[in-house]
Amino acid sequence: MNGAFRQSMSWLHTWTGLLFGWILLAMFLTGTASYFRPEITRWMQPETGKPASVSTAVAGAEAYLRKVAPNARSWSISVPDARQSTVLVSWRPQPKPGEADKPRRRGGRLGEQAVLDAGSGQIVKPRETRGGEFFYRVHFQMHYMPVILGRWVAGLCAMFMLVAIVSGVITHKRIFKDIFTFRPKKAAQRAWLDAHNLTAVLALPFHAMITYTGLVTLMSLYMPWGMVANYGSTEAYFDAVFPRAEAVRRQGPAPLIPLGPVMAKASEVWGGGRPWIVSVTNPGDRSARIEVTRHSGDQLSNLGGSLTFDGVTGRLLTREPDMGPGRRTAAVMYGLHMGRYADPLLRWLYFSCGLAGSAMVATGLILWTAARRQKLPDPDRPHFGFRLVERLNIGTVAGVPAGMAAVLWANRLLPLDLAERAAWEVHGFFIAWGLFIAWAVVRPARKAWVETLAAAAFLVAALPLVSALTSRRNLVRSLADGDWAMAVFDVTLVALGATLAFCALKAKRYKPTVKPKRKAVQPVEVAA
Amino acid sequence: MNKVVITPQAGAPRQPGKPPVTWRRRLDVGSRIVAGLVMGYVVAALAAAVLARLLPMSKVEATTTGMLASFAVYAGAAIWAFGDPKAWRVWAGLLAASAIMAGALWLSIALGGQA
Repeated sequence: MNGAFRQSMSWLHTWTGLLFGWILLAMFLTGTASYFRPEITRWMQPETGKPASVSTAVAGAEAYLRKVAPNARSWSISVPDARQSTVLVSWRPQPKPGEADKPRRRGGRLGEQAVLDAGSGQIVKPRETRGGEFFYRVHFQMHYMPVILGRWVAGLCAMFMLVAIVSGVITHKRIFKDIFTFRPKKAAQRAWLDAHNLTAVLALPFHAMITYTGLVTLMSLYMPWGMVANYGSTEAYFDAVFPRAEAVRRQGPAPLIPLGPVMAKASEVWGGGRPWIVSVTNPGDRSARIEVTRHSGDQLSNLGGSLTFDGVTGRLLTREPDMGPGRRTAAVMYGLHMGRYADPLLRWLYFSCGLAGSAMVATGLILWTAARRQKLPDPDRPHFGFRLVERLNIGTVAGVPAGMAAVLWANRLLPLDLAERAAWEVHGFFIAWGLFIAWAVVRPARKAWVETLAAAAFLVAALPLVSALTSRRNLVRSLADGDWAMAVFDVTLVALGATLAFCALKAKRYKPTVKPKRKAVQPVEVAA
Repeated sequence: MNKVVITPQAGAPRQPGKPPVTWRRRLDVGSRIVAGLVMGYVVAALAAAVLARLLPMSKVEATTTGMLASFAVYAGAAIWAFGDPKAWRVWAGLLAASAIMAGALWLSIALGGQA
């Protein structure tokens, strides 16, 4: 590799990394949080109880549907796993005379729905909130813009990230040595460079995997051209891959068999797999069909397939055909990105790597300013571009964590009967982020770093206390109930807040190395 | 270095003689951005379509495999667009690759038809 090529890659790395760096940081942090999406949702719905066993949850949902919608066209039960405490049931009433009866696509939404407590099967009405769903959605489709446009923005950012990773790897000739290099006492630029290399190289397989698989999750949007070339349209491709459920004509009343044994049978066929969605077509009719979809976290692949049973006899009718290697690869890449398969230990590793990725982006952004500060013609009056990057860095590195905390604050503090309550929780994210940027603009940079980081630390670390004062969720109660997920949630918030406080302290104590006034002639450091 | 070379900034030793930002350099960088971003996507999209048509496997499989590979093609094109010392070579290469793949795609659809 010649020097000129590496230099051009260094340039490419710098600018692809900078251009979308701030959005990338927000994507990294919200995506990292999304590994705990069910737990965030539970925390934000303090009215809900603890997770229950699958059989209890499904029995409750079944009893509810048999009572409320015995003659529906179809039912659907989202079976909770050990991390969720509510069951979402939905059903489609019989069509009104003259209404078109189009067979639904698998996984499609049904007409009516209700949220039930997993343990008791009773309706629960938690506060209006989007829960962890907001962090999950904003991670790949932004906000305040049409969903498809937001996904394109996310895709563009991910593509820049991919190019930044490849060019970053090319730039570093000593990638292994970099892992063991950290010189915090050296000049600021060296220290930030080392920190950037450390967080980047240590979790490099994760960064590369998560970026590429992220593109794969939305590849049919970004790269539909193969589907168009082969099928004429993306619709036709999806019809071929995910056929619509067969339309079954009603044949006269017959009792629906209990769902419990059917699910047990499904689990047996899968060698112990968990059900994820149970849907029933024509309940209470001789033509009834029960379709059990496998939990997407049962294996690496996110597509577990589904089984169809006769709803009266319980006989296994059809199973989804196995996928070929290409589709299976795509499904595994999707599954790797979502991390639903990961057991708690691995999930924490995902979370840690996500934090390392966030730190990589943040240190990269800071490095851009650190590398340029000394070369400024007049360091006291930097040019506009430098100030813009510097202020956006401060407002974003501290502002995004603060914004995420603001959503949780809003969740506890907004009046329960506020109109558009869930939307206002989300506005809280952007209001806080915007305020942090504004703060960074009006204050001197050094002070702004300390103040914004300290404010973010407070917003995050105080959340368990806010929750204890305003809702029935608190650390003591969670521990007493043996609700470890919620207890660890509170402890994690304090730990993350402490990390931000540590950064604030470091920023406060930071003393710029006194450097001699630069002379016109520079010594050549390395002969490339 | 007599060529128009993109200079490193962050993380690299300070260059003794940083080339001045001339219009020629701006044009060079601008053309590389268009080549990498736009032509890179065109090449990746055509690669996805050609692989979907020509890979020796079932249609669904070939379509999926083409999509999976396309992002690597895009990244490769973008890296090349900035890594090659000569911008004209990048343009010539990407245009030639597009023309060949578009031709193959047209032939394949004209002869084989669509589903």
